[in-house]
Amino acid sequence: MKILVCISHVPDTTSKINFTEDNTKFDANGVQFVINPYDEFGLTRAMWFKEKQGASVDVVNVGGPETEPTLRKALAIGADAAIRINTVATDAFSVAKQLAHVVSNGGYDLVIAGRESIDYNGGMVPGMLAALTNANFVNSCIGLEIDGTSAKAVREIDGGKETVSTSLPLVVGGQKGLVEESDLRIPNMRGIMMARKKPLTVSEPVEASPETQSVSFEKPAPKGAVTLVSPDNLDELVSLLHNEAKVI
Amino acid sequence: MSVLVYTESEQGHFKKAALEVASYAKAVADQLGTTVTAISVNAADTSVLGNYGVDKVLHVNNDKLNSFNANAYANVIKQAAENESAKVIIISSSADSKYLAPLLAVGLNAGYASNVVAAPSSTSPFTVKRPAFTNKAFENTQINTEVKIIGVSNNAFGLVENSGSASAEDFSPAIPEFAVNVESVDKATDKVTIADAEIVVSGGRGLKGPENWGMIEELAEVLGAATACSKPVSDLGWRPHSEHVGQTGKPVASNLYIAIGISGAIQHLAGINASKVKVVVNTDPEAPFFKAADYGVVGDAFQVIPELIEKLKAFKAQQ
Ligand SMILES: Cc1cc2nc3c(=O)[nH]c(=O)nc-3n(C[C@H](O)[C@H](O)[C@H](O)COP(=O)(O)OP(=O)(O)OC[C@H]3O[C@@H](n4cnc5c(N)ncnc54)[C@H](O)[C@@H]3O)c2cc1C
Ligand SMILES: Nc1ncnc2c1ncn2[C@@H]1O[C@H](COP(=O)(O)O)[C@@H](O)[C@H]1O
Repeated sequence: MKILVCISHVPDTTSKINFTEDNTKFDANGVQFVINPYDEFGLTRAMWFKEKQGASVDVVNVGGPETEPTLRKALAIGADAAIRINTVATDAFSVAKQLAHVVSNGGYDLVIAGRESIDYNGGMVPGMLAALTNANFVNSCIGLEIDGTSAKAVREIDGGKETVSTSLPLVVGGQKGLVEESDLRIPNMRGIMMARKKPLTVSEPVEASPETQSVSFEKPAPKGAVTLVSPDNLDELVSLLHNEAKVI
Repeated sequence: MSVLVYTESEQGHFKKAALEVASYAKAVADQLGTTVTAISVNAADTSVLGNYGVDKVLHVNNDKLNSFNANAYANVIKQAAENESAKVIIISSSADSKYLAPLLAVGLNAGYASNVVAAPSSTSPFTVKRPAFTNKAFENTQINTEVKIIGVSNNAFGLVENSGSASAEDFSPAIPEFAVNVESVDKATDKVTIADAEIVVSGGRGLKGPENWGMIEELAEVLGAATACSKPVSDLGWRPHSEHVGQTGKPVASNLYIAIGISGAIQHLAGINASKVKVVVNTDPEAPFFKAADYGVVGDAFQVIPELIEKLKAFKAQQ
């Protein structure tokens, strides 16, 4: 089984978010980038398929040279090879198009992406990729077993979960549950050393025009100070929630 | 050319999110000077949609669609869009709608903006506002394709009543073969889900143990709220994983979020910041949640919550 894990290179959640060029560009200055947390769950599940079922695992990112350390980290965690599509990731559709080209050319059976990336929070790439490659698709995937070309997946739904059966080729939008937090791996020295020797191929992009465009950013309006209510005066809280906030 | 809205139902009844997206579609249709057509699947009575601005309903009734299938549903909506020559398609942010949206987008060569929080600021160019960087900012996104799909964030637009009436028409689209089949569903049907809830009551490690969740559930019941928890609480197995909210858990965009014994770590706040009004109950006045909250009580949850329940019961009895 050939697995491709899509890796989005995103600011760590604790980063301060700022914009430049008149609020039209994200300011990457001083920001620490990480593997998108949802992708890390997927990558770790892929390692399980590699170790238990002999799968090969490649990772891919659509982005500039600055994303290579993130891809190297994925290699250090255990992926066999990395591919970087050398173009700026503009919108979900054009990223999905680039990835579709990699998937079709590489003959991947299973593509694991994340439910959403924590920068643009689109939640679009995996489904678009599935549609573009005519693969089956399971979103919000919290459990995945593969047996030959059959797959059993658990999907989170509003208020619960459901188990589905499907077949390869398959794209999943994964999240926690694919593996647990305690299963995540911090690359060790040996992994890091080995990652340096693993192939990281840079490919040039195919033609793909974006459908949407980010025009500007804004920060939420600064929040007023909290209104404190004494624990001895909870009637006031009820009254504030009813009369002022109008939420009860 | 009407605006098409996908109004989701469950066991024949429209979800609240369906009425919200219908309200949103009406606002967009007014901006564009056109009408609203809804597509509904296996809903028992579609007349209620008229109260939220829908002019016409394409009503699909087909047993094959009893369980949700993203590909089949995307296909049905695509056929409805083509039938109506719709250029703008509105859907909700439910798990099912988010699942089908990218498939629909590719099917219609449509640009898609998800989690949109307000009516378009302009329809030419078509520009919408959506959160980015896990609620730390908003992005104004322009959709440049001829056909556009907008996913509306839950509780962002609200319900807008209208005094219209909706005509219903049977619609019989072709249904593709299913390649993903539901084997079993595990879902509590008697509880409000975090996604649908207007109010969410959430407990953290400050509650000390699972045996103390009775008061959280009671508070939720009084308020008609869903229950949620912080990540350590689900990691410790005190509460099911499905209640874990935050950056790595479920997102919350309720009207009211009540955090009890939750410190307010950035990863927690990232997932719940889209909620409109936040209340925190915490013994530690230095807890970071107080900086994010609108209302706060510095106090012991074990005293505050039972008393708050009593006050709320009295308030509800008066209403
Ligand atoms: C990559 C990453 C992702 C993460 N994702 C998430 C996520 O999605 N969701 C999430 O929640 N966390 C997440 N976390 C964890 C997060 O950083 C915090 O550790 C977590 O939110 C803390 O949970 P808590 O507030 O319940 O517990 P604590 O931090 O232990 O806080 C307990 C609070 O209860 C108060 N308290 C104690 N006794 C009482 C009492 N009797 N009455 C009232 N208050 C009391 C204390 O003052 C304290 O503020 C993530 C962390 C990382 C590194
Ligand atoms: N630039 C990218 N390169 C590789 N994979 C990506 C990229 N952007 C998004 N993805 C994948 O698609 C998932 C969902 O992203 P999004 O649709 O942007 O929210 C991510 O979790 C990744 O797995």
